[in-house]
Amino acid sequence: MTEPAEIHTRPKIVGARIKRTEDPRLLTGLGGYVDDKQVPRLLHVAFRRSDHSHARIRAIDCAAARAAPGVVAVFTADDMQSLVKPLRATSRMAGYHATPILPLASGKVRYVGEPVVGVIAESRYLAEDALELIAIDFEPLPVVVDPEEAARPGAPLLHEEAGTNVLIAREFKRGDVDAAIEAAPVRVKGRFRMRRKTAVAIEPRAYLAEHEAGRDAITLHSATQIPGIVRDALAEALDMPGHRLRVVAPDVGGGFGGKGSLYPEEIFVCAAARALARPVKWTSDRMEDLAATSQAFDEIVDAELGLDKEGRALGLRADVIGDVGAYSIYPWTAGLEPVQVVSFLPGPYRIQHYRGRVRAVATSKAPTGPYRGVGRPISTFVMERLMDMAASRIGIDPREIRARNFVRPEEFPYKTGSGIVWDRSGFSECLTAACDKLGYDDLRAKQAKARAAGRWFGIGIASYAELTGIGSRISVAPGMPINTGTETATIRIDSTGAVTASFGIASHGQGLETTLAQVVAEHLGARIEDIRIVQGDSSAVAGSTGTYASRSAVLAGGAATLAAQAVSEKVLVVASHLLEAAAGDLIAGNGRISVAGTDRSVAFREVARAVYSEMGRLPPELRDELAATKTYDPVFGTTTSATHIATLEIDPQTYEVRIGRFVVAEDCGRLINPLIVDGQVHGGVAQGIGAALYEEVVYDDQGQIHTASLVDYVVPSAAEIPPMDVVHLETESPTTLGGFRGMGEGGTIGAPAAVANAIADALSPLGIEINELPITPERLFRLIGAAQAKV
Amino acid sequence: MSKPRSIKLTVNGTAYEHTVEPRLLLADFLRNTLGLTGTHVGCEHGVCGACTVLVGGDSVRACLMFAVQADGCSIETVEGLGSIAQLNPLQEAFREHHALQCGFCTPGMLMTATDMIRKYPLATDDEIREGLSGNLCRCTGYEHIVQAIRAVVARNAGKVR
Repeated sequence: MTEPAEIHTRPKIVGARIKRTEDPRLLTGLGGYVDDKQVPRLLHVAFRRSDHSHARIRAIDCAAARAAPGVVAVFTADDMQSLVKPLRATSRMAGYHATPILPLASGKVRYVGEPVVGVIAESRYLAEDALELIAIDFEPLPVVVDPEEAARPGAPLLHEEAGTNVLIAREFKRGDVDAAIEAAPVRVKGRFRMRRKTAVAIEPRAYLAEHEAGRDAITLHSATQIPGIVRDALAEALDMPGHRLRVVAPDVGGGFGGKGSLYPEEIFVCAAARALARPVKWTSDRMEDLAATSQAFDEIVDAELGLDKEGRALGLRADVIGDVGAYSIYPWTAGLEPVQVVSFLPGPYRIQHYRGRVRAVATSKAPTGPYRGVGRPISTFVMERLMDMAASRIGIDPREIRARNFVRPEEFPYKTGSGIVWDRSGFSECLTAACDKLGYDDLRAKQAKARAAGRWFGIGIASYAELTGIGSRISVAPGMPINTGTETATIRIDSTGAVTASFGIASHGQGLETTLAQVVAEHLGARIEDIRIVQGDSSAVAGSTGTYASRSAVLAGGAATLAAQAVSEKVLVVASHLLEAAAGDLIAGNGRISVAGTDRSVAFREVARAVYSEMGRLPPELRDELAATKTYDPVFGTTTSATHIATLEIDPQTYEVRIGRFVVAEDCGRLINPLIVDGQVHGGVAQGIGAALYEEVVYDDQGQIHTASLVDYVVPSAAEIPPMDVVHLETESPTTLGGFRGMGEGGTIGAPAAVANAIADALSPLGIEINELPITPERLFRLIGAAQAKV
Repeated sequence: MSKPRSIKLTVNGTAYEHTVEPRLLLADFLRNTLGLTGTHVGCEHGVCGACTVLVGGDSVRACLMFAVQADGCSIETVEGLGSIAQLNPLQEAFREHHALQCGFCTPGMLMTATDMIRKYPLATDDEIREGLSGNLCRCTGYEHIVQAIRAVVARNAGKVR
């Protein structure tokens, strides 16, 4: 269907800085997060968690806990066995080993913080009292902490049935990279490491299961990004049909990937509520969150880039070891993060010869899973460091080496050495725009003066491209048995003229109730305030997953467009009859349908009454429900790109890094709501700065976690995060409906590399390379001390 | 466990009298006993600031204070600021500047900002950032929060003149 011409004559709703629909309730304390829900007869869970990294469970004595005041039930893995079937994150990838996902540790524990016993009591206080009365007899087993050692034959095994700790190994290649690099006149290489981090959504995970005994049905209220995936998984684990299972993600207090997987505790509260026929709730405390929510990154990358004398890249090769922790996370698998590192390593550059090898290695630490950026913060860190190292070697500016290597506008679509296809996106334009915004040349002049005065002042550039809005032909993690590539919208005008639009996505801060209403309003001609967006509910549409992987604006926006257009056609047919005008002469906007060039119009409400309520106003054949369901599949996905530039100075006394300016020029295609895009970029950059400078999950050599509080795990505050400038280039995507590109993760992808390059730049008089993040004051102290000792 | 104790306090101008266990956190009392779930719990160890409320006009972590310690106190929570029908100027500025995303840290941010704006001139953005440094937000990168508070400070300064 072609867009009705009148859309161009009224103010655009898509693209407007519209204030969010979500805000009034959230600003007045009236939001409804899982833990806010007040339910009669509610029971509370506390988990006894493993304090061993790797141990056999010889015996568990729960007798005293069962007799403790207020305790209703105590469950171990044995008690759960008849209630729950184990799940596995399966994949068609060759040589992949799935691991069982159970609500409680069975036989062995494989990381500190793994739930072993669940105590259910009349209050959380009483449940925690009883935890102390449980005696577990652990037989310690050899810890599996170092991923390189764990990958060697003969290493102690976490999952004996897999026969190896290497859960997946893959290789991507094109051309003859070894020959290309051997022949290259300029070669730069390094061993890069990005340490383990974690999401730290400010709302900890929380799950409340209600059991409806009359029809043996369960509603799980879950602080999750993926209610659809969780519903489908529970159907398998609990052996129940989907219509007796509903997973609701109400207001969710941030996710960033940490709420993007199925968790043992979700299965536990459902099984317990069903067994006890009472509602059961578990809310994570922060220590549990830091020890047992999925973690991120943790890769070692050995990479080498060969270039010609002018700095044009000829070949790139890399070996990646990903420390994925104790389990292959459901449903994404252990391959999710490390495989994406080698998929995206070539970045936005023309590199003919490429080879990326990756191994995902199990260790006795918390599982890693999706985290904002997935793989690309590391791939960008490595590639952008190599670019700067090469520029320095050749003696050209970091801006110039990128400009020489970007895929050029006439080369799109461009297939990278790993097989990713970039559609047209503003690679060069973002670099130029970011440099212009910053006043790059002036800053370099200032830097020369600062350097002459002995100051450590640096400027760091990072350019990247990412695939967003991924369709059904490219799975988010290869070979998974779930479909992440489509999204469904059902739009319905009810008998009062109100519009309800339902989706499978699950907003947790992205403002999708606002942006999707903008898309619906634009294509239907309804008023934003008359549209309700239903999301975060597995029962909203027949098949759904949730919100992750920068997909929701692209996929749900596309589905909203298709469904709104279909409903609009139905509305116009009725309005045409009521107004006695040809459908082609009608204009829909602001909740009314008007005859162009006249003052004749009807409101949506009147159209709805004519269809549903007022017998006789329409001929029977026109009385069709004002509703449509449409599914959108972008098939491949689209490219989002950006350049980040950071300026910073290092305090020579304390080694504190102070970021001065941070500029982002990004191309996310057509903007739906610029206010929200700015917010997403700012937040992503703040997390990227955290990854670069502060945030690290630390395990010791016994697999004990040392960062189980927010005193030890440092999340940057307003005092550490700089003001930011964001420039938008709106190259409309040629491959997606509406021209949207996904952009929720980008900030976190570019920022670590930009900060690392700026620090290396600041310290270039000392010849220091920054190859490990986060670059804490302690690491800087060691690097600078070692460099100064050489002088 | 020691014996429950009776406490009297006012929350957002309403007087309450309850018998509570001495170990009951003020945050849990507000949320579960009074049903004022706008005060959120993010870390239970006084770092994230999501549970910030005003006790006697000073910002306090409701997760680091027992309900019994609030006996005789006057408490302000996010529910006392403004209503959906009429947001107060700070809430309106947060909306205008898109200073919230998931909304979970927002009540604590609003209470800290209320305290700061009442007490300090906040002449520079650095002062605002320093004042906010006890409240973690994971969504916004703080930029829009600083802008919203700056707008309220500017508006108040205009009124004084």
